[in-house]
Amino acid sequence: MSGVDASSELLRFSTAGSVDDGKSTLIGRLLYDTKTAFEDQLAHVEDVSRRRGDERTNLALLTDGLRAEREQGITIDVAYRYFATPRRKFIIADTPGHIQYTRNMVTGASTASLSIILVDARHGLVEQSRRHAFIASLLRIPHVVFAVNKMDLVGWDEATFRRIEAEFRDFASRLDIQDVAFIPLSALTGANVATRAAEMPWYHGPTLLYHLETVHISSDRNLIDVRFPVQWVIRPQSDEHPDYRGYAGQVAGGVLKPGDEVVILPSGRTTTIASIEQAGAPIDAAFAPMSVTLHLTDDVDVSRGDMICRPNNRAQVAQVLDAMICWMTDKPLATKNRYALKHTTRWTRAIVTELMYRLDVNTGHRVQDATQLELNDLGRIRLRTTTPVIYDSYARNRTTGSFILVDEATNETVAAGMLVAG
Amino acid sequence: MRELAAERERPCLLFSGGKDSIVLLRLAEKAFRPARFPFPLVHVDTGHNFPETIEFRDRCVASLGERLIIASVQASIDRGRVTEETGPRASRNRLQTTTLLDALEAHEFDAAIGGARRDEERARAKERIFSHRDEFGQWDPKNQRPELWALYNGRLKRGEHLRVFPLSNWTELDVWEYIQLEQIPLPDIYFAHRREVFERDGMLYAANPFVKLLPSEQIRVEQVRFRTIGDMTCTGAIRSAATTLDDVIAEVAAARITERGATRADDRFTEAAMEDRKREGYF
Ligand SMILES: Nc1nc2c(ncn2[C@@H]2O[C@H](COP(=O)(O)OP(=O)(O)O)[C@@H](O)[C@H]2O)c(=O)[nH]1
Repeated sequence: MSGVDASSELLRFSTAGSVDDGKSTLIGRLLYDTKTAFEDQLAHVEDVSRRRGDERTNLALLTDGLRAEREQGITIDVAYRYFATPRRKFIIADTPGHIQYTRNMVTGASTASLSIILVDARHGLVEQSRRHAFIASLLRIPHVVFAVNKMDLVGWDEATFRRIEAEFRDFASRLDIQDVAFIPLSALTGANVATRAAEMPWYHGPTLLYHLETVHISSDRNLIDVRFPVQWVIRPQSDEHPDYRGYAGQVAGGVLKPGDEVVILPSGRTTTIASIEQAGAPIDAAFAPMSVTLHLTDDVDVSRGDMICRPNNRAQVAQVLDAMICWMTDKPLATKNRYALKHTTRWTRAIVTELMYRLDVNTGHRVQDATQLELNDLGRIRLRTTTPVIYDSYARNRTTGSFILVDEATNETVAAGMLVAG
Repeated sequence: MRELAAERERPCLLFSGGKDSIVLLRLAEKAFRPARFPFPLVHVDTGHNFPETIEFRDRCVASLGERLIIASVQASIDRGRVTEETGPRASRNRLQTTTLLDALEAHEFDAAIGGARRDEERARAKERIFSHRDEFGQWDPKNQRPELWALYNGRLKRGEHLRVFPLSNWTELDVWEYIQLEQIPLPDIYFAHRREVFERDGMLYAANPFVKLLPSEQIRVEQVRFRTIGDMTCTGAIRSAATTLDDVIAEVAAARITERGATRADDRFTEAAMEDRKREGYF
């Protein structure tokens, strides 16, 4: 739970695929093969499978959530699953594959370090696979795995797999994804999921599970740009601690050490880190994603929403922002609309001054004459805020580069935004 | 927790005396010490708790020096807000929802921190970390706010409230490992001890004054421990020899039955039991 080890022992990944590509079966298989599925859950699933007249136990039912979905036989929202192996702990954000659910995919992807995109070996690259890869790239998920499923249905044929792989590599090379892997498997039989498939001796790469266990994630963090959004000021003002003043928050980038000179944004005041505390004990260094409390040498005015950086490497401070957004609600976005905006630990109000283009997620094409963004649309906008936002581009830092828009009348979260360098 | 404390004016922390809420208290210490917590603790007391839980609760609250508010199900019954169930399977579990919602309203709390985890039960897998409840305290699983990055939206209209689940992404084993790492004291009933029990529907229950035995049921003494702590009427025990944290962790790691499936009668009634209760405003 502390420092480097814990964060590289935990892998958060999302899964995406079109309906019937076998996503639920694959997740069920991972839970089953890692012995995460418990006896009572298995008994329940066996029972339901039998009642529905399924021919074999349907592992997909292990991942079924709410009743409405069970009734409709589809998954409708993001659900989270957990499993662990001796090497790592895993959190799966299971997102549905329907055309209209870009919104959920973006939600699942926002916290993921890896995304598994399922492909049906019989169909190869379909429109939705492109969409999934595109979203993974847009959300800057560093690692993507194309799981070519249902290999049993194509006779475990190498040529089929290689053709799909080549097609995807060509497409993926135009996207911004650091690391791409291709794994031929069968969620139904378990081949190449947790155990190597004897049926595919031509495949020499890792099984899916081994890949998940060993993919190198510790270097994904930004250790260069010091960014500390102040979340909470601790001031006991008690007899025991009359002068205690600590700035608590989660490190969003860089390495902070006692003695470092720092600047407080937006005020621009400079001071020095006197000491760093983690859960009451002093520590020598703090880096993302540690939650710590900083003490500063000077009695400068610092409050929630301020950002602590190094004087020679500051976040940008601006009131006009360019961003890619995903629109998440029925009522469309249009220019002149006003929203509440949350960025790091700061709320402000924003007006949409320009809609530059809508992005067609299937082709990557920019639709220049768009006048609004509808549910599940992606687009590039310009915002003007009432107070300064202290940020980096999303490409540089996923924490200081992301924001949400909230409808001030309904309080609904209506957009996910990724800032572009100004 | 800090994010909630910053976003809402009147939060509270639901403290049951169970291990998950004990872990919440440790997290709150880490988030806010050396200052006091920016919220009181609330215990929904069914009157059917294990005496060990209540004793532990009082000790715990005294050593933290924080404020505890007790919301009593008995008081809700006495005021006619709810009606006591009858019969051998009577439980106050479901009545807690009204007591909790009444307490939130009476103290004007706009957010309640709870120890629920997504791995506990299937309906919980889709629960948000900041989960919105309407003015009737109800959860609408189909109309939840998307939760992006770590940007929590705590905005509310009057009368609505939030349930906030900091342990959403923890598993049962994570909780135990954390308790061990942090050396957090727990009520004794989490560890193996000899106790008078009776068997019902394939589960072991503690003999207690609130349950009438069926003619076929008999009290005997067994060595047991509890994996969750709820009411004496609906929390089952498991046979166990695990007397230390290490033993418990070894047992949990090897367990083949989920925590709630093994020991909670309340979830077994119908396939979607938890989902129904959560919609109504249960924890
Ligand atoms: N033959 C074969 N069938 C599969 C495989 N994976 C999934 N299926 C079947 O494909 C169908 C859809 O799978 P499901 O997991 O429900 O798909 P989802 O909609 O992506 O969650 C089910 O009938 C599965 O049994 C596979 O590897 N091989």
